Amino acid sequence: MKATFFRTPEAFKPQRTGYEFLPFRFMRWPNGQVFLSNDVGEWLFLTSEAFIRFTEGSLPVDEEVYADLKAKHFLTDSASRLPLELLATKYRTKKSFLDGFTSLHMFVVTLRCDHTCPYCQVSRVTTDRARYDMTLETAAMAVSFMFRSPAPMLKVEFQGGESLLNFDVIRWIVEEVSRRNEAEQRAIQFVIATNLSSITDEMLDFCRVHDVHLSTSLDGPAFLHDTNRPRPGRDSHARLCANLARAREALGHDRVSALMTTTAESLRWPNEIVDEYVTRGFDAIFLRSISPYGFAIRTRNAFRYESDAFLDFYKRGLARVLEWNRRGTPMVEVFSQILLRKILTPFPTGYVDLQSPAGAGISALVYNYDGDIYASDEGRMLAEMSDKSFRLGHLHSDAYEDVMGGPRLRTIVDQSCQEVMPGCSECAFMPFCGADPVYHWATQGDLMGHRPSSAFCRKNMGIIGHLLEQIADGDEATRRVLTSWAVQ
Amino acid sequence: MIPLNARGTAHLLDEQILGKIVSEEEPHWRSRIRLVRRWNELGDVSGYRAIVCGESPGKAVLEAMALPVLHGVPVDHLGDGDVVVLDPSGHVRTLYRRASPHNSLFATDRCNSLCLMCSQPPRKVNDDWRVQEMLDTIALIDPSSRELGLTGGEPTILKAGFLSVVDACKTQLPETSLHVLSNGRLFRYDSFARALGDLHHHDLMIGVPVYADTDDRHDHVVQARGAFEDTILGLHNLARHQVPVEIRVVVHRHTYKRLPQLADFIYRNLTFASHVALMGLEIMGFARANLETLWMDPTEYREQLEEATLFLATRGMNVSIYNHQLCTIPETLWPYARKSISDWKNEYADVCADCAARTACGGFFASVVQSKRMPRLAPIRFPDVGLPTA
Repeated sequence: MKATFFRTPEAFKPQRTGYEFLPFRFMRWPNGQVFLSNDVGEWLFLTSEAFIRFTEGSLPVDEEVYADLKAKHFLTDSASRLPLELLATKYRTKKSFLDGFTSLHMFVVTLRCDHTCPYCQVSRVTTDRARYDMTLETAAMAVSFMFRSPAPMLKVEFQGGESLLNFDVIRWIVEEVSRRNEAEQRAIQFVIATNLSSITDEMLDFCRVHDVHLSTSLDGPAFLHDTNRPRPGRDSHARLCANLARAREALGHDRVSALMTTTAESLRWPNEIVDEYVTRGFDAIFLRSISPYGFAIRTRNAFRYESDAFLDFYKRGLARVLEWNRRGTPMVEVFSQILLRKILTPFPTGYVDLQSPAGAGISALVYNYDGDIYASDEGRMLAEMSDKSFRLGHLHSDAYEDVMGGPRLRTIVDQSCQEVMPGCSECAFMPFCGADPVYHWATQGDLMGHRPSSAFCRKNMGIIGHLLEQIADGDEATRRVLTSWAVQ
Repeated sequence: MIPLNARGTAHLLDEQILGKIVSEEEPHWRSRIRLVRRWNELGDVSGYRAIVCGESPGKAVLEAMALPVLHGVPVDHLGDGDVVVLDPSGHVRTLYRRASPHNSLFATDRCNSLCLMCSQPPRKVNDDWRVQEMLDTIALIDPSSRELGLTGGEPTILKAGFLSVVDACKTQLPETSLHVLSNGRLFRYDSFARALGDLHHHDLMIGVPVYADTDDRHDHVVQARGAFEDTILGLHNLARHQVPVEIRVVVHRHTYKRLPQLADFIYRNLTFASHVALMGLEIMGFARANLETLWMDPTEYREQLEEATLFLATRGMNVSIYNHQLCTIPETLWPYARKSISDWKNEYADVCADCAARTACGGFFASVVQSKRMPRLAPIRFPDVGLPTA
């Protein structure tokens, strides 16, 4: 059989000449290349020469780079509705973190604490339970408020102070939420943020029975941790290590995670901090920058450091984590993981601090010990400095509709859409980044903020650019590890 | 290679008879087609619809027989529970083999595409009668069958007929999975995709080919402008109505180059796919006619195949390699290679005789062995397969 009726590839080329741009952003790279991205997080690098031809409209249809741009939806050359349909679906997927509405609910059960960490925004060393503990009455109202959220998944996170100092209220809330959930049928997750210093066998037993996870603080090796986190006897690290072992024994190894806070002192010790996490058996570390709130702002001379210094610290820490992976010890750096998921996958992340619109209020709520409702943890820390801009209402006096539909939350959401924020709207990293209205309010007195002088912007730009370079030009082993984080 | 058609001589066969084969006398199977090798094995024949006999009895014996008989026909490939059609022309056409895991219903000869490598070139005929034949077949298929295919042609061209076949499979074969081969184009009509979704078949998969990450290249392969748009919109509609889909990519000279980019496109735009199959060329039908422009040795595209496969696998997508001999693909891909060639098409080459991996290998399409395009084979010796070398 000879089939002569088949048509050639040329017969299926676009019927008209030329192409139209689909929305995209671009950024010139130091090596002369141009980075392009679109709203759904598709991206590629072009040579400067190819970029100029692309934007001039003179890119020939048979070049591979033309197909690259077309397949990733940077250009269209027909009247087909397919590109917009696909972009719409991908956009919906990326923004699907909005679907469930508020899923993270933080219960500040006490402000009391046995530590006097200078970077801590809110804690008090006191025995005045009446003044700084959440009451059962307030707890009951917070639980009711939480169940008004339509989210199919609810994460109940206990915060302090040292939250375990008011364990009775934690126990009551866990039992009450579990009881009410028999009818509600949500997926519930419990987490207690705790320094573990006062955890008892009885508490561990309760956590095991109710499937409660623990999130503790580990800032680095003993010399650094004990400097960052002073307590009477300077034994924070030693107590943590001992109690960490007990907690893992009781709950299972992966039921206990740790967070670190970076201080000016920490900046000198990225390798030691990462190694400490490996030594303590953690398979994840979150290299977090110091927050500018509360006490941290008041003592700014002691704690202020340039975002560049943090970036340098971050890159060194990340390199150390990658080094451990190369040597066969799997370990994830969580902030990179969040960004890589945005860069390398079509999915959204559940991370509320890097979203557009910002997660404040719509993804996360804080019920303070005194009944105040805040849009974010940082918002209530700011309130401790008597700036109550992010106080959305009070559990005893305000209805759910008024809090969640009120002008204050609407303003926060309005002012935290990167898509319309000066400096963000044209940034090629926008699809990977997020808005932080609390940070910019605290540091610049404006919810949107001024990007060129924003440490938040400078830090995220630096890290995103660094990761893109690692993916585009890094060695095979590095790329494999980074990809594996994104798709976990 | 196992034949699916055989020819003998028909007696009293005025019209086609579709029925289920029974080789032993059992009272409750009496409406079936009785199969014997020798005439003298026949006992009481009352109640059967017809008789199929390997040997031809004498003329006088036949004339005394009031039942339709098809005789002098090879019967070794027929077995209990098989569903066959006896044709007045003397043909015995097998529609279903109970002993085989690879059974497919043939929906239609028609198609709305004209793929360069189509193994079953379409014909413009009115074969709507096949809907009834499929429904009759489904009624006779052993309900314990694990999987059934539905192929063509383009099955969805039957529209309501297609839906009625899926529905019959759902109600009459509640333990059987149904795998449909479709170009997906008609599912661009959301109402059609919804109608399929609304059937709530218990275990349905629509296997849909996607050959490129851009419309011009895909449309060229399927020889239909606009097909890419139809298919991708169709896949999205199927996903919306919760019908599981499989993406099928045939790798050849027109598709291999952007295979990694296609993998990226699938991950970003068809993330919902339950399975992605990267397949070698079957040299049948149009593929034979277009062989000069299509064929390339699998060893020549191993780099692209490896990159695309591992890209998808790393990202948690379920990916398989079909129709490739183990010695033509990198060892990193062996975990994804499946023995995918239907038993009645499957063969091995002479050099495979002493290959250590033969039992793990899918072998060849008989059509490839018969053609002059043999992949470069390198029989695998035991030391190659993970044994430590000194």
